[in-house]
Amino acid sequence: MSIPSGRTEADVRSALAAITDPELPFLSIVDLGIVGGLEVRPGSIRVELLPTFVGCPALELIRSTVAARLTELAPHAEIRVVVSFAPPWTSDRISDEGRRQLQLHGFAPPERVGQDGSSVVGPSFGSAIGGGPGPIALMRRVPCPHCGSRRTELENVFGSTLCRAIHHCSDCHQPFEQFKPI
Amino acid sequence: MTGRPSRTERADLTADPHLTAGAEPNLTARAEPSPTPDADHSPTDPIDLAADPAAAAALSELLLALADDDLVIGFSDSEWTGIAPLLEEDVAMSSLAQDEIGHARALYELLAALIGSDADRLAYDRPPEAYRHARLLDHARGDWATAIARRYLFDTAKTVRLEALLGSSHRPLAELVAKIRREEVYHLLHVETWLERLARAPGEARTRLLAALAMLGPDASSVLAPFDVEPILRSSGILPASSASLLDAWHARVGATFARLDLPPLPATVPDPVRARHEHGEPFRWLWAEFTSVRQLDPTATW
Repeated sequence: MSIPSGRTEADVRSALAAITDPELPFLSIVDLGIVGGLEVRPGSIRVELLPTFVGCPALELIRSTVAARLTELAPHAEIRVVVSFAPPWTSDRISDEGRRQLQLHGFAPPERVGQDGSSVVGPSFGSAIGGGPGPIALMRRVPCPHCGSRRTELENVFGSTLCRAIHHCSDCHQPFEQFKPI
Repeated sequence: MTGRPSRTERADLTADPHLTAGAEPNLTARAEPSPTPDADHSPTDPIDLAADPAAAAALSELLLALADDDLVIGFSDSEWTGIAPLLEEDVAMSSLAQDEIGHARALYELLAALIGSDADRLAYDRPPEAYRHARLLDHARGDWATAIARRYLFDTAKTVRLEALLGSSHRPLAELVAKIRREEVYHLLHVETWLERLARAPGEARTRLLAALAMLGPDASSVLAPFDVEPILRSSGILPASSASLLDAWHARVGATFARLDLPPLPATVPDPVRARHEHGEPFRWLWAEFTSVRQLDPTATW
């Protein structure tokens, strides 16, 4: 791989891996899966960021942090950090290590939604009423990240940030947050 | 459906320097409607906007309408922060508002790239009469049943439209729509649950829902009203299905839900394009004054 300012693509990837999501400060943006295309060329670095949610308010902060870190890493290279929706970010992009970190910090990781997202995107409206096939991943009982019980209930598909849903555990009587499957 | 407005409403849009700066698509010079809008177009062919200024102008009107819809429903939803009937609904409505305003921002950014502007200027620096959101969103906040009825009618129509736009020849729009559609699953799950809860409740909840639907029903079809540039949107593949066909699909799906919940059918109004998106009343002027107030304190401030 080409080398801007003596840095390799591996250097760029480790720099990115050291940046965390401001709303989940224990989770690297690489483990979160929001780093899309990466081009390291002589004199230039281009990074695509894939937003978890279209309206994510942390995105601009992440974008400017990435630009600043890469500028430190390769001061003479042209740094471009762009936002992209292709491919759309899905929660399946969170790595195994990312899922482990979520669990460790009291968040239930998202269920897998499949490559086409069919278990979340599913059939369109009309599904929640009348017992038709619904977004399956939302209906499952999510294991409690504190005690492991499956006797849990979805309290709210909306939470304190766009990417979180709120559940309640009937065994340890704790509310807990889940990173939404999407 | 040619659906051209009978009045010269678009004067507001062209007169606004923020909308015409930069690439300057000439929004008044329209190609005549193509006699065969569907001819020789595969929806997956990306459109070359540089080679087709009429299509670029039509696209900018479509993007403005889509973005304004999401901005206005977003700010309407945010009116519930702190006063929703349940704490969980304070959280839900605030989150929904954030999602919708996020969708609006992304759509304004597509428009800004097309005409040379920026999302904040498009969102906040226009007079109220230059907004192009659907008339359904032009009602005062009302009670909780009104908020649920408005969200239900809007979000179901929005979903039908998003499904069509997945095949748009404007690739950046199709890509954004694919992402937005995943988020809408949660919106629909939320609002359908509430619609059912209110519809099946005995007494006042159902009475209020019926009153809200009676008030909003006649304006519900405004979300899927044909655009005044519809022939160009169709022939260019930007809008892969006619608004008329989307409206039929929406009526069929909402009709089935209403029948299950024993709700009276929505009126089969044929939306007038001018009335649907070009006329705004006092409730929107009030909301506009609210959501532009911070920006107007100091338009040059950075946050």
